[in-house]
Amino acid sequence: MNIWLVMLVGGLITFGMRFSLIYAFGKLHIPETMRKALHYVPPAVLSAIVFPELFIRSGRVDVSLDNHRLLAGLFAVIVAWASRNTLVTILAGMLALFIVQTVLK
Amino acid sequence: MNEQQKYFWEGARAEIPLLIGVFPFGMIYGALALDAGLPIAAAQMMSSMVFAGSAQFITAQLVKDSTPGFVIVLTIAVVNLRHMLYSASLAPYLASVSTRWKMLLSYLLTDEAYAPSIIQYENEGVKPFSHWFLFGAGAALWIIWQVSTALGIFLGAAIPDSWSLDFALPLTFIAMVVPVLKNRPSVAAALSAGCVALAAGSLPYKLGLIVAALVGIAIGIFLEKRMNATPDEKPSIHALRESLDE
Repeated sequence: MNIWLVMLVGGLITFGMRFSLIYAFGKLHIPETMRKALHYVPPAVLSAIVFPELFIRSGRVDVSLDNHRLLAGLFAVIVAWASRNTLVTILAGMLALFIVQTVLK
Repeated sequence: MNEQQKYFWEGARAEIPLLIGVFPFGMIYGALALDAGLPIAAAQMMSSMVFAGSAQFITAQLVKDSTPGFVIVLTIAVVNLRHMLYSASLAPYLASVSTRWKMLLSYLLTDEAYAPSIIQYENEGVKPFSHWFLFGAGAALWIIWQVSTALGIFLGAAIPDSWSLDFALPLTFIAMVVPVLKNRPSVAAALSAGCVALAAGSLPYKLGLIVAALVGIAIGIFLEKRMNATPDEKPSIHALRESLDE
């Protein structure tokens, strides 16, 4: 994989989407289904990335106390829900991972 | 000060509260992109070539997981689809400017530049030089994004490996996803996408990610139809104001 090619194509696509309707004002409309779908893009894409990061350890789903990242991640979910703050969530999750790794070693 | 400058600085000033939140975010991106294995030049250049916060974080994570390029590009496209909504919403206010201006302003059109600009345009309407407002907001954000990325790369290089910094990426995504879980369809979209991602983890080319995202989106739309609970279709001006006041 060439990271520069990925960034170039990803950047052009992003620009194209930002430019699309400003350029084609009045000629192009966003279909209703796509408007609806956009609500679910963040929860779906982000969860699809986060779940494997938390649950899968050495190639297998691991739901046990040995899975430190899962424990710290669940704690971060609670902190994110209560604080709604990105920085606080990251710091709490990192701290939780550090504590879990130290205590459950 | 002429009209152009006046609108430019008004836009830049309206952007300041958002910049305070963006700065640490840019630093975290820089540090994590480096930690994910991107070369320094690529980590920095992504902030100007893609110039979209969440897509850049996701790209860093996917590069770390050795995801094939076409899956990364596809994911960037899905994540940035929302920019078409911003494009549609600003289009009537930018109808009279030249194509060159439209290209420049489109390049600068991020979540953070959109928010103060749409409020400005809905309140004030279109004036001869009011596109300079979006230019000012976008340019201020662009500069801060580049500087904060550079600072993050610089500081990130000094963080020892023993800190498990790579865990900060999923934590960032958790911080992004939890606040959008506002109703049952969005929770269902998140849970189903997550479970499909676990089940489809062995699909070739990491296509499980795309399949999982599509299943989650489909389930969200399906449940929304069944519940007939339609969330706000357009980003409401009140919600934007509140987020600016925060």
